[in-house]
Amino acid sequence: MKLPVKMTINGQSYSHEVEPRLLLVHYIREVVGLTGTHVGCDTSQCGACTILMNGQAVKCCTVFAVQADGANITTIEGLAKDGELHPIQQGFWEKHGLQCGFCTPGMILSAYQMLERYPKPSEELIRHQLEGNLCRCTGYHNIVKAIEWAAEHMPAKK
Amino acid sequence: MATVASDRLFGKSIKRREDPRFITGRGQYVDDLKLPGMTYGAFVRSPHAHAKIRKIDTAAAARHPGVVAIYTGKDMTGVNSLPCGWDLRKEKNIPGVMQDLAIVPHMPLTSDAARHVGDPVAIVIADSHEAAVDAAEKVQVDWEPLPSVTITEKAAGAGAPKLHDGAPGNVAFKWEIGDRAATDAAFNSAPVKVKKRIVNQRLVANAMEPRACVARYDDATGELTLWVTSQNPHVHRLLMCAFVLGIPEHKVRVIAPDVGGGFGSKIFLYNEEVVCSWASRKLKRPVRWTASRSEAYLTDAHGRDHVTDAELALSNDGKMLGLRVKTTANLGAYLSTFAPAVPTFLYGTLLNGVYAIPAIHCEVTGVFSNTTAVDAYRGAGRPEACYVLERIVEAGARAAKMDVGELRKKNFIPKFSGAFQTQVAVVYDSGDYGAAWDRMLQMLDYKKFRAEQEAARKQGRLLGIGFSAYIEACSIAPSKLVGALGAGAGLYESGKVRVHPTGGVTVYTGSHSHGQGHETTFAQIVADKLGIPIEQVEIVHGDTGSIPFGMGTYGSRSASVGGTAILMSLNKVIEKGKKIAAHLLEASPNDIDFTGGQFQVKGAPSKAVPFGAVSLTAYVPHKYPEGLEPGLEETSFYDPSNFCFPFGAHACVVEVERETGKVRILRYLAVDDVGNVINPMIVDGMVHGGIAQGVGQALCEGAVYDGQSGQLLTGTMMDYALPKADMLPMYETDRTVTPTPVNPMGIKGAGETGTIASPPAVMNAVVDALAPLGVDHIEEMPLSAERVWKIIQGAKSAR
Repeated sequence: MKLPVKMTINGQSYSHEVEPRLLLVHYIREVVGLTGTHVGCDTSQCGACTILMNGQAVKCCTVFAVQADGANITTIEGLAKDGELHPIQQGFWEKHGLQCGFCTPGMILSAYQMLERYPKPSEELIRHQLEGNLCRCTGYHNIVKAIEWAAEHMPAKK
Repeated sequence: MATVASDRLFGKSIKRREDPRFITGRGQYVDDLKLPGMTYGAFVRSPHAHAKIRKIDTAAAARHPGVVAIYTGKDMTGVNSLPCGWDLRKEKNIPGVMQDLAIVPHMPLTSDAARHVGDPVAIVIADSHEAAVDAAEKVQVDWEPLPSVTITEKAAGAGAPKLHDGAPGNVAFKWEIGDRAATDAAFNSAPVKVKKRIVNQRLVANAMEPRACVARYDDATGELTLWVTSQNPHVHRLLMCAFVLGIPEHKVRVIAPDVGGGFGSKIFLYNEEVVCSWASRKLKRPVRWTASRSEAYLTDAHGRDHVTDAELALSNDGKMLGLRVKTTANLGAYLSTFAPAVPTFLYGTLLNGVYAIPAIHCEVTGVFSNTTAVDAYRGAGRPEACYVLERIVEAGARAAKMDVGELRKKNFIPKFSGAFQTQVAVVYDSGDYGAAWDRMLQMLDYKKFRAEQEAARKQGRLLGIGFSAYIEACSIAPSKLVGALGAGAGLYESGKVRVHPTGGVTVYTGSHSHGQGHETTFAQIVADKLGIPIEQVEIVHGDTGSIPFGMGTYGSRSASVGGTAILMSLNKVIEKGKKIAAHLLEASPNDIDFTGGQFQVKGAPSKAVPFGAVSLTAYVPHKYPEGLEPGLEETSFYDPSNFCFPFGAHACVVEVERETGKVRILRYLAVDDVGNVINPMIVDGMVHGGIAQGVGQALCEGAVYDGQSGQLLTGTMMDYALPKADMLPMYETDRTVTPTPVNPMGIKGAGETGTIASPPAVMNAVVDALAPLGVDHIEEMPLSAERVWKIIQGAKSAR
């Protein structure tokens, strides 16, 4: 049995018939074909699959595609606008916040929500907020620096 | 504008050129690949640690909708065992062998028995991943469970269940290094002796990207392409073609695209990629497999797992007189690709450390157990050696009633360049161990810390400091030497420089980046050398279809070995360019200088042609030297004359919460000497990551098997504790620079230093913190709050 789903991803609308057990992350990667969202574990620990769903940072390995019916989703591919990197992306580049790059999309989207909630986070707060995202390469040092850089360079909210 | 020699890129922290694709989600990892006609593989694995296979019934699974094929080990006729690439046998004249390596079979799909949980017995291939996984659950295996052994110290004990007919008593090998008689003599006469049991627990690499492969056989051309998460695609191809499948190497192309971390675990040839390659040839369709994280825990080669008795002999005034080490190394159920090298030649040869120890002896017994195979994990043998030494040195200082820093300083090998012969075979290249140590103490303000510690102790707070003065061997490795030690391969590296007619350059390196930043650092070398903008340089890695045979990336070898191969090719390009330029300038090639991207006549800077003009002439050779071949493309293979030996001094300051046992790292300092540095930002990043992995080992990580059932208890990221951002500090790092004389750029290697140095620093710090309670040694890692709390309670009740 397949069920219809419809959602907006990075401003484009998609509709498909999917198995009810299909995870949102597999929908995004395999059905829609956006492979920037990664699968690093099977227990929702690593955070490599973090996306923005209706403005919330969500581990999309823990959501069924059918639960996202009608949702507005942003993946890493949708963060840069008109070829211009988002300040968080720029921060990761400037501060060497990535090495192998596998955890990076999830880190960036977690940081996105973090900076929405806490525009000027302390180092301690950044570290605490990153609890749901694992990185094996950087030792987190430069990820913290990257998010601090982004916080300094985010455009002022209107 | 052109980058000229005055703004040399070597030594500059330029931003990484590979980053834009990663930060925008456009990296291309193996699991991102989609091919027409793709099929999906799911493996049927043993739920038992040890069990005979009576029968496998695939009938129900085969009827599952979407299933394309099911194969068991019996179907794979003509397929051989996965090879072990390191021999330890007396008949091969390998030094130190006391008992020959038992070379036991490791079939891609086992058909007689399973020897660890997760051992694969069948593959189900279907039109979708879901169908493959569903059908795999319908494969019925008639198991006869057998008793198992997983614990290192029990694996070769009396009554332990036997894993392999070819390995009586589960002993894989016995090996020694050093001078036993001299060491015994040193201990017999030494006034101060200390002996400790030191356990280096089993770890799982946990690269964030799980292993994956896509195999595609093209029936029209007879070519097989394997995309695989590999640190060394040529090694994968060679081992799979020549040893396992017996297929022609020139008809196989192995591509390791973007790879999400390796840390050693993606060096080895694994069952799954062999089975998928074989099946694709059979089905003439692409076969994809991606490990779930749980599969990764069960099948990625694990690391470490040593149990050691270490003894240090000292004079009354703290001079080291002798070191005796006896280690049992758990190799798991099978021999992984380079497994025997790790607890032997990558371990025993580093036990001299940075100290002038006059007598050393080390004996290692490798054992088989019903656990996942163990092989190289970041540092591979060197962290184990550093850990033993730096723990026993601090224990020795306590026994000699000396400050742990003073004792170390007293025993450092004095500054040298060229050669220092150790007691354990290897010859160090260059070192100034005291300088790194002094810089670290200066950053720390050691005296001030001890005063603060004293004050804190009076308030009942448990503050501690631990050190680690490490050395490691990298830039792996001289082929002849490793051949004499049992390696089945050479360890040179290839570098090809292709200059295009319009002056751009493509460089092909046999090393592979899975986070190391080759596309940036190698381009820095090329742009400097040729005096061209870095934008004109492309670095290609990870494709046997375009790259000369190379050995890949591990052992901190890419910059020092791979970079040197590129440099050699650049020099050849320049030499040929001089001949072309001389012809254009009507001068003798001997009178041409190449500087700042210009070939010019010595002493006449106005008579010059730029690099681009020479490139074009090489491909449009109208006005061209007689007898010179057209084209501008050079290939080199660099085989190092020695290892390089980075070193450094790390310190960790901790506070232990008395009530809970929780360890908090207050400061972590690292002064590393990795020789000359191409890109300091990238080196710092690797140091940070290495420290985090080492701190992880000391405080939270560890693969744990149930002693009864043989089940891996830490089989998911929920159970295996990886270090997180909130348990780590900002690292305080610096460097001293002692270039190696081994290679022309003076680069030693920087990929593993942090992982090697940090576990003993953290452990020593916690022992120091608990010293007021009477604790003088802790045998086991990780120091979970529970373990520390128990140590505190035990210390209290002992008083």
